Amino acid sequence: MTFIGWLQIAAVLLAVLVAARPLGLYMAKVFQSERTLLSPVLAPLERAVYAAAGFKPEREQTWLSYTLAMLLFNAIGFLFLYVLMRLQGVLPGNPQGFAGVSPDLAFNTAVSFVTNTNWQSYAGETTMSHLVQMTGLTVQNFLSAATGMALACVAIRAFARSGTTTVGNFWTDMVRATLYVLLPLSIVVAVAFLLTGLPQTLAASVDATTLDGAKQTIALGPVATQEAIKQLGTNGGGFFNANAAHPLENPNAWSNMLSIWSMLLIAAAFPFTFGKMVGDVRQGRALLIAMAVLLISAVTIVYWAETSGNPLLATAGVEATAGNMEGKELRFGQAMSALYVVVTTGLSCGAVNAMHDSLTPLGGLVPMFLIQLGEILPGGVGSGLYGILVMAILTVFVAGLMVGRTPEYLGKKIEAREMKLAMLAVLVLPLAILVFTAISAMLPAALSSLNNAGPHGLSELLYAYSSAAGNNGSAFAGLNANTPWFNTTLGIAMLLGRFAYVVPVMALAGSLMAKKKTSSSQGTFPTHGLLFIGLLVGVILILGGLQYFPALALGPIVEHFLMHAGQTF
Amino acid sequence: MLTHLRPAFVIMAFFTLLTGLGYPLLFTALAQVILPGKAGGSVITKDGAVVGSRLIGQRFTSDKYFHGRPSAAGADGYDASASSGSNLGPLSKKLTDRVAADVAALQAAGARGIPADAVTTSASGLDPHISATFAGLQVDRIAKARGLTPDTVQTILARHIETPFFGVFGEMRVNVLELNLDLDAQSNPPVG
Repeated sequence: MTFIGWLQIAAVLLAVLVAARPLGLYMAKVFQSERTLLSPVLAPLERAVYAAAGFKPEREQTWLSYTLAMLLFNAIGFLFLYVLMRLQGVLPGNPQGFAGVSPDLAFNTAVSFVTNTNWQSYAGETTMSHLVQMTGLTVQNFLSAATGMALACVAIRAFARSGTTTVGNFWTDMVRATLYVLLPLSIVVAVAFLLTGLPQTLAASVDATTLDGAKQTIALGPVATQEAIKQLGTNGGGFFNANAAHPLENPNAWSNMLSIWSMLLIAAAFPFTFGKMVGDVRQGRALLIAMAVLLISAVTIVYWAETSGNPLLATAGVEATAGNMEGKELRFGQAMSALYVVVTTGLSCGAVNAMHDSLTPLGGLVPMFLIQLGEILPGGVGSGLYGILVMAILTVFVAGLMVGRTPEYLGKKIEAREMKLAMLAVLVLPLAILVFTAISAMLPAALSSLNNAGPHGLSELLYAYSSAAGNNGSAFAGLNANTPWFNTTLGIAMLLGRFAYVVPVMALAGSLMAKKKTSSSQGTFPTHGLLFIGLLVGVILILGGLQYFPALALGPIVEHFLMHAGQTF
Repeated sequence: MLTHLRPAFVIMAFFTLLTGLGYPLLFTALAQVILPGKAGGSVITKDGAVVGSRLIGQRFTSDKYFHGRPSAAGADGYDASASSGSNLGPLSKKLTDRVAADVAALQAAGARGIPADAVTTSASGLDPHISATFAGLQVDRIAKARGLTPDTVQTILARHIETPFFGVFGEMRVNVLELNLDLDAQSNPPVG
């Protein structure tokens, strides 16, 4: 670890913080349907959509109706994307002449993009036509992010409102999230990406004759626009197979910093939106501090593990000064690779600028564990906020048990029904992750997909299902996941991780929304102070540790000790 | 449920047009006019022929050129239509065997103090850069192949060592393709 390295990390995180506050306050206006700076341009467009769609934007829905609208919209998005990929061979916008995508891969990819996972069972530059990349994948990058933001709004309103039966209008929240937040930000970030050198063309590739006389076909495409929303929407599905490690997706230090900044931005802004909408900015700040403490600790571990390097290579005669460089790009260096690894998994992004499969055992353990914690540091756009609110509810419950009082959060009493729903949501992830991993570890057909033997092989499986259920999308990419078994089960894990999580959360929000706010008394546990932040961090770590420690012990932890014992596989 | 159908279809169609066609196509048109070089993939041409992209590493094998890092992209490495890392874990025998073989080859050529980038594959398999240390290890070989003094090659190399912006942002690195192009421009490579 170097001082310069930490300086780079600090600069990026500071730049996020500076932008997150104004954006968070702006988003509060957007979701309370107030006028904003962009209204003169966008309001006419917005009204036209509402008129064509035939609904009144101010007409609110119950939590159930809101959830049904969301599910239906996602189902239609899935079908559209699935059909588009199956038919790409006969559709225009296919200069590469790719054939239609196979049924299991199309299922996996459609689920993946609709659930904001963006797992890549495919290699972008050898599978997807420009038409699919633009009208399929880019569109879902916007819409799955907007869906997450809409759901987060409901979770916020659950605490902002008192005694109401309606939670907002899904269509209004969705349209406003896309038009007022995602699209304008994407335009700004895409321009910046273009300036740093990302390509933006409809050409499929350019052929070069190298200096040594070989032929090199360089795949190209409309990369900059897709990269912008891929990062902002914490989607993470790269245009190319190597994702943001590919020099055309991430050519230099500037594009790399912009890439990290833009994936953190909206998720870091949401706690400010939350604080503003519930009328107490300190509440949002407390959540943000808890997220930041965990995130920075994680960066420290990865940065340390990767600069310590791989002793097996040092034995082979490699200088240890540069750390572990297998699967890393020289232009990013250890500090900005470590930050990327942590941010992309603390979020539900899943873009990568280094290959996680080649990280040192502890360097690989951290991103896996961050995903398993539920991606709440600070989490995906929207999904991070409702995730951490569930954790906050668990925290006040634990605190309530300790002193024997009915727990409450922001004046809403947390009772048996709320706790049941919160637990239902929390238990979906380990179910999907551990059960599928266990089954795969016993299936010869699944094991033949592994790229590494020994404990690292188990890590590949565990990471894959963690990433799918957590809707992350990064991978220990040596695993050949493009098989019917993995495409199908990972697809199911993604669906469970998104929708089986979200439905109880929506029910929980509906239940809280209907409760009257009680005013705080002397006996109220303050949820903005250091004690609460400490408890929240503790609950997150203990809950995650209890669920996943046994599995992690068999994977990266034993691998770490074997590495120092000089064992290879 | 039925009341939701119309908004679902209309909004889906609207955003497909706006974010799936309008947004990328408008950008493509503008980018091609304002920034044709970058938008086209930062291509380098020499005597009218495309020799590669400034951003994409390529495979160099002959002694007269600086070599890039090992690559796992495609069958022979540096396949710019099949980007990929090796995805070998730290305890992989394939990894340690490969590194040991590469180290032995470099040491046989007289190199001492092998930097990590010389024997590890990058994440994309298309890393255009190497470290100044790795480049320095190759100077003698290139000088010999081109009939130049090591000092001449070292001078050309020195011009291509890029340092971090403001001494902070980015890493010290050498763009291999640009360096090799400069070498060719400075000295006519021996025939064959």
